[in-house]
Amino acid sequence: MTGVRVLVGTKKGAFTLTSDGKRGDWTVDGPHFGGWEIYHINGSKVDPNRIYASQSSGWFGQVIQRSDDGGKTWTTAGNDFAYQGEVGDHLWYDGTPRPWEFKRIWHLEPSLDDPDTVYAGAEDAAFYISRDAGQSWKELTALRQHKTGPSWQPGAGGMCLHTIILDPVNKDRIFIAISAAGAFRSDDGGESWLPINKGLRSGEIPDEDSEVGHCVHRIAQHPTRPDTLFMQKHWHVMRTDDAGEQWTKVSGNLPSDFGFPIAVHAHEPETVYVIPIKSDSEHYPPEGKLRVYRSRTGGNEWEPLTKGLPQSDCYVNIYRDAMAVDTLEECGLYFGTTGGQVYHSADGGDSWTPIVRDLPGVLSVEVQVLP
Amino acid sequence: MIRVVLPAHLKNLAKVTGELQLDLAEPVTRDAVLDAIEARYPMLRGTIRDRQSGKRRAFIRFYACEEDLSNDPPDTPLPKRVVEGDEPFIILGAMAGG
Repeated sequence: MTGVRVLVGTKKGAFTLTSDGKRGDWTVDGPHFGGWEIYHINGSKVDPNRIYASQSSGWFGQVIQRSDDGGKTWTTAGNDFAYQGEVGDHLWYDGTPRPWEFKRIWHLEPSLDDPDTVYAGAEDAAFYISRDAGQSWKELTALRQHKTGPSWQPGAGGMCLHTIILDPVNKDRIFIAISAAGAFRSDDGGESWLPINKGLRSGEIPDEDSEVGHCVHRIAQHPTRPDTLFMQKHWHVMRTDDAGEQWTKVSGNLPSDFGFPIAVHAHEPETVYVIPIKSDSEHYPPEGKLRVYRSRTGGNEWEPLTKGLPQSDCYVNIYRDAMAVDTLEECGLYFGTTGGQVYHSADGGDSWTPIVRDLPGVLSVEVQVLP
Repeated sequence: MIRVVLPAHLKNLAKVTGELQLDLAEPVTRDAVLDAIEARYPMLRGTIRDRQSGKRRAFIRFYACEEDLSNDPPDTPLPKRVVEGDEPFIILGAMAGG
């Protein structure tokens, strides 16, 4: 392995951070698309030179960018994210029906097999696929037209489809999550969807056993255990071992089980990472201490990882798409903060170092291992 | 020759500098200008007008001859001085946000 490339989306542009396999010295390149919000930037697993970026602004709307040379140059791809067929209504914050309205792409997930195929998750929640490297997009309508769709309501950040997991074993299986509808699974490549929210408990909704309405913040999977998923929910860290048929709370001894991102160690399927955040409204680390928590037991028993992280006066947040793991032999972890820091660990979380400290607020972090 | 001023972000997106120059048959309307821009620079589709509705995006404004034309019907003929190239048709992002 020659190195890693960290892809950082921020509120004012995209950045790439590159290093060799030792991950000691870093080169920072950017901003790309300066002044635009980059909700997500993600690379192909089969062609690391192929990178997709979701670029948006309140003035100019949604743009998709594609690089074919590892982020050196970029080409504007397609941005026609039309809802197919009858648009229909979902519920607004005040409980009234409101037509679906496209706002932006939150997440781009390149295919595991084909660099020209990429999936996109939208706000208002919809699921798109492109088979021509982002030039054209087709909505896979079964998700938005699910029978529960009219009852979906946005979370505070919007009704966003923010998580897409393509199952590496069962190629027809896809997991997605929507705030605040919940998690869904497709076993037929997106042609139909099943809500997978049993066991989630959400005090924010009147019926905690509701099929939908749960504010799922992020889901993570280890590729060798595709039926085991870990979830950071609005409150509670959860796990399932049957592809979402039943969830179990594994928050254990966390100082707060509110948070946004969650990640699984690249080589240890029972080692999980979260970053506890104080809530309901503060959204900064408890006690002003930025701590990643690691469980080596698949949840319930958590240890704080603090070496190299600020342990006083730290009041940043870490968004749901802003943590990633690399697949080098010594698993590396990365996360970005609303304060513009990108921290990394080259030893599975035991110690941390900032790669950069003063970027715009970080919206997303992904990492590529370069051949 | 119609002269068009784009906001800086859209110049970057279209990879152009300076003013755009368009040859259009009369009557020259706002939508005719935008149609011509989007035909020449397809990467700008959806950034000025909504892709589905065709409506002006909320924070986009159209100025010419010291007048705000933003809320004029899109098929309204543009001022003569714009049509004759004496004044530019200005597309800009409104002051908003941070």
